[in-house]
Amino acid sequence: MSKLAGSLREAITACGLKDGMTVSFHHHLRNGDHTLNQVLAEIAGMGIKNLRIEASSLFAVHAPLVEHIKNGVVTAIGTGYMSGPLARAVSEGILPGPARFRTHGGRPAAMERGTARVDVAFIAAPAADPMGNLSGVLGPAACGSLGYAMTDARYAGKVVALTDHLLPYPLFPASIQEDRVDYVVQLSSIGNPQGIVSGTTRMTRDPVALAIARLAARVIEHSGLIKDGFSFQTGAGGASLAVTQYLKPIMRRLNVRGSFGLGGITGYLVEMLEEGFFDSLLDVQCFDLKAVASIRDNPRHQEISAARYASPLAKSAAVDSLDAVVLGALEIDTDFNVNVHADSNGIIAGGSGGHADTAAGAKLAIVAAPLFRARLPIIVDRVLCVTTPGDTVDVLITQRGIAVNPGQPELKDRLVRAGLPVYDIVKLKEMAEGYTGVPAPVKPEGKVVGEVEYRDGRVIDVIRAVR
Amino acid sequence: MNILRAASAGTLESSDALVMVSPGEGELAIDIESVVLPQFGAVIRQAVEEVAREMGVTAGIVRVNDRGALECTLRARVETALLRGTEAGT
Repeated sequence: MSKLAGSLREAITACGLKDGMTVSFHHHLRNGDHTLNQVLAEIAGMGIKNLRIEASSLFAVHAPLVEHIKNGVVTAIGTGYMSGPLARAVSEGILPGPARFRTHGGRPAAMERGTARVDVAFIAAPAADPMGNLSGVLGPAACGSLGYAMTDARYAGKVVALTDHLLPYPLFPASIQEDRVDYVVQLSSIGNPQGIVSGTTRMTRDPVALAIARLAARVIEHSGLIKDGFSFQTGAGGASLAVTQYLKPIMRRLNVRGSFGLGGITGYLVEMLEEGFFDSLLDVQCFDLKAVASIRDNPRHQEISAARYASPLAKSAAVDSLDAVVLGALEIDTDFNVNVHADSNGIIAGGSGGHADTAAGAKLAIVAAPLFRARLPIIVDRVLCVTTPGDTVDVLITQRGIAVNPGQPELKDRLVRAGLPVYDIVKLKEMAEGYTGVPAPVKPEGKVVGEVEYRDGRVIDVIRAVR
Repeated sequence: MNILRAASAGTLESSDALVMVSPGEGELAIDIESVVLPQFGAVIRQAVEEVAREMGVTAGIVRVNDRGALECTLRARVETALLRGTEAGT
């Protein structure tokens, strides 16, 4: 027996894909992914229409989806994140109905509940054997963790693995195993390594981002959480990543050994693992090649599924054991609600990813953002779109000061006692407007183009079309 | 003061503005592009008009490509472009 299909089309046919079904994709190859476009081009060529896409994230590289939507091949989208030309087109109302935005933990939960059903999952496998044992750490398009794809493999009706690096049976180590995989297809390339990860994640040199990061590290220091067993997550961008470099000397000075670093993993967290600042890394997705090498070579760098990362239906998820997370924001309002879905003009510019999940799970959810970006204050009366509810956000850190959620009076006391610049969030907003002026309100009022599903399955906000 | 020659000031970096001025007949024409046009378009126009009025420039063309400059930056870029394009610049 072999599960090797002669061609992509043969595998799609064998899966019984028909009009109106749902196909899923995962985003570990990020903006270097070649698989989604190849699969949809094939499906379009077969004349199949009216498909729903369930993706963990969609990037600029997936712009050909716009044509597939225009041609009726794709008529519905669920995703954790969306950027690039597709996001612009969806904001303009190209889909017949709203796109469904889920969190990285909400996606596996929706699949478990059956509200996000997948007929055929396509898994980009940097290495595979002919029976469908899959690895993310081998091959020319190695991306490290396959955490999000584990969910698809578990819940989809049929599972097709796509690989450009076929190895003899039994492949070792297998992240996704043959018991879940129906077919294996060889492609000439599943992705461009340059776009998969940034090579090396670069630390920002922006003085504003560094000032924010320094302040964030001091907030963590004085939060009471820095003790042996401390656990930490941060994003790969700007100020969030920079917090890592300021945290390290604090942990060294206090002689603290952390338990784990979580999330999308960067080379900076790998360094902290190797230097003994953390005992382990829990990795749902690698952000750079150093993380890819580490998850391949270091058993303490553990691969975790999306469900174990953040699902609210998991018997426990890693976010539930998380002490501190540093998150970004496009906007935050005076009730601490955070928007990472829509830009200042209401156009789709991202999505939760793990934002709402980690904020809900972590003991200390920090939002780190500049007071204003290109004349737009970050703090507003009401965010254009609620990604992460304010009652799960503990503190906002800007380069000019800190605002603590009124629901955390003890934290506020600690930070004030430490001499940190704590202000009411309204005061910080006024400070920003002192530099920028008060922006005229913008509110898109077209049809609903996006529904924001919280991790528990409730729709907590909508995104409307820009005219 | 009249705009005698094409001149510019500023950059297209985020939080800056590129201001280009050139001679023209009749009233001062102001053309504004901005990444924050819906939020600040009116106040940007007002700032450009004020700087031109203060400098006594009543004719010509001012083009602003704003990348989210603060008002102080914007005014400085407009003033500099006008100085470079008028007698004062010689």
